[in-house]
Amino acid sequence: MERERERPEKTYFFDKRENVKKFLYGFYSFLVLLVIVDLFIEKHPHFGFDGYPSFFGAYGFVGCVLLVLAAKYLLRPLVMRREDYYDE
Amino acid sequence: MNSFPPQLLLIFGAFLIPLFKGSLRKAYLLLVPVLTLLIFFTLPKGIYHSYTFLDYNFIFGRLDYLSLPFVYIFCLFTMFATIFGLHVRDSYLLMTAWIYSGSALGVVLAGDLITLFLFWEIKAIAGAFLVWLGRTRKSLYAGMRYLMVHLFGGLLLLGGIILLYKKTGTFHFGHVGLDGVSGLLILLGFGLNAAFPLLHAWVPDAYPESTETGIVFLSGFTTKAAIYALARSFAGEEVLILIGVTMTVFPIFYAVIENNLVRVLCYSLINQVGFMVTGIGLGTPQSINGAVAHAFCNILFEGLLLMTMCAVMYRTGKINATDLGGLYKTMPWTTLFCLIGAASISGVPLTNGFVSKPMIVASSAEAGHLFVWIGLLFASAGVFHHAGIKIPYFAFFSHDSGLRPKEAPPHMLVAMGGMAGLCLLIGVYPPLLYNILPYKVDFNPFTGALIMEQVQLLAFGALAFTLLMLSGLYPAEMRCTNLDADWFYRKGTKVFLRFAEKVLAKIDYDYVGEAYQKVFVRMILAISSKLKVFDQAGVDGVYHGLSKGSFSLSEGLKLMQSGKTSDYAMLMLIGLIILFFFAIFLILW
Repeated sequence: MERERERPEKTYFFDKRENVKKFLYGFYSFLVLLVIVDLFIEKHPHFGFDGYPSFFGAYGFVGCVLLVLAAKYLLRPLVMRREDYYDE
Repeated sequence: MNSFPPQLLLIFGAFLIPLFKGSLRKAYLLLVPVLTLLIFFTLPKGIYHSYTFLDYNFIFGRLDYLSLPFVYIFCLFTMFATIFGLHVRDSYLLMTAWIYSGSALGVVLAGDLITLFLFWEIKAIAGAFLVWLGRTRKSLYAGMRYLMVHLFGGLLLLGGIILLYKKTGTFHFGHVGLDGVSGLLILLGFGLNAAFPLLHAWVPDAYPESTETGIVFLSGFTTKAAIYALARSFAGEEVLILIGVTMTVFPIFYAVIENNLVRVLCYSLINQVGFMVTGIGLGTPQSINGAVAHAFCNILFEGLLLMTMCAVMYRTGKINATDLGGLYKTMPWTTLFCLIGAASISGVPLTNGFVSKPMIVASSAEAGHLFVWIGLLFASAGVFHHAGIKIPYFAFFSHDSGLRPKEAPPHMLVAMGGMAGLCLLIGVYPPLLYNILPYKVDFNPFTGALIMEQVQLLAFGALAFTLLMLSGLYPAEMRCTNLDADWFYRKGTKVFLRFAEKVLAKIDYDYVGEAYQKVFVRMILAISSKLKVFDQAGVDGVYHGLSKGSFSLSEGLKLMQSGKTSDYAMLMLIGLIILFFFAIFLILW
């Protein structure tokens, strides 16, 4: 146990900044690919506007941003209490 | 075996757990759930195990189009959850867990409302015990609240059942519908267990306070048994659409700001059940299929996610996002299974979430409910956000917490691996699931449009998370309590108590007490002063007289009691002589 602590710790995948960067670049290129492929896919819209190119991507992005901001700026001030709020 | 209801195998089998030790115990723990599963797999649809008692026909086994998928998944999940809990030494915990899952099976198999109610209540009590077996002060209180809430729900259900019987003259467990008070009461009774909005707070309140194995068991049964009951009795009730969409949307806001990761999953559980409730409310064959399929899949991926979090809790003793992070380094398998669960709950193609949830979302679009569809889509993006990203990110990646726990024990990995395998298997080959759904399935999730819709929704949701994180806009994790509907019975009752103490007690003390003082006490004093005269003159006189008499008597006796044996012998002799003369006198006379 003692010996393990003395040994310099192994570095793991995400400890290296360039790996995080690589991962993010991979993710961004995947998004670009999605937007391009989307143009060639046959759609069956139910309401009309859901047939716009990349509608779901835009909706997912805007929805998530609104979700987080609303939770942070609206819900948290309303319901957050200190951790021991219910303790006697 | 056909003469014995297999769900009782679990319930009665539970009582034998403490008799086994060591590897025999592990074998027994595996045997009973597997046996139960096999019995049901070989049983064709039909009505089994009906017993007549006091002219009433209890039906313990109705295996039909609707109950079959629930029975299968309940058995499967009991098996995996038991494997997950093989390390548990506390026999009471596993006993309670089996009684709990067995009674959930009983609910699903019940063919009449009385049998349903019977198992419903056993399930509620066993659930409360599962919370209590967390054996902390918090779990004691949370379990009590769980029990109170569920007994209240049970009372609503019982009231509804009785009113329904008065109206229809039957206890048949079938479609009820919402006309009349009876239907409303039964809906509320079911709805409380399905975590309807405002009736939901027991989920995030109680579940996190149980033990790691208890949490896994609890996540699977109560809400899904309620979904079954709703699908049986209230399919196509439009109010359920509104309730369901509300349930999918509001918990995700809570999930974003919640710090305890098990509680995050509790909110996601409510969100998932919301999809099912919406599907039941839409009432088309496809949406009912979707609701049942999603219940089936949800037990798998929600259970899997909770298993990974509970494994983390077991290894580190921590569950708050603020305390965790970087665990992928030493718990790679748990991380992998968590990612599979996260992908499934988000509905990534080739996982089981993708073959079940879109059925419900598509049904809402086909029915032309624009706002329902928009709400469900928002909730789909939201669930990905908190369950799909937040859970794995804060537990296994994020900032390094410095914790280097060991990988989860092998039996937990087996359970998680099995569940993850099923998630993928059903995702890749959906007919496995589609073939046991209530109605014939006319739905193909693997179309280009549907895949693209879903992938875009998720990928750009992930982009939002990434950008918010990088920009620092994402709300920092904080140690906190977030108020929810349980406030009303946790603090609300305290407000009531304060009201009682400050207002009612004051009124009582100042006014009622005063009046009491003036009217009653004076009257009683007056009466008692009269009584006192009688007491002193009469009762005391007699008493004093008596005591005086006995005093002088004892004074006299004292003289005779010298304490010497010779004196007593003398007295006895005198007594005998007196008796002798007395006898002679009597004879001669």
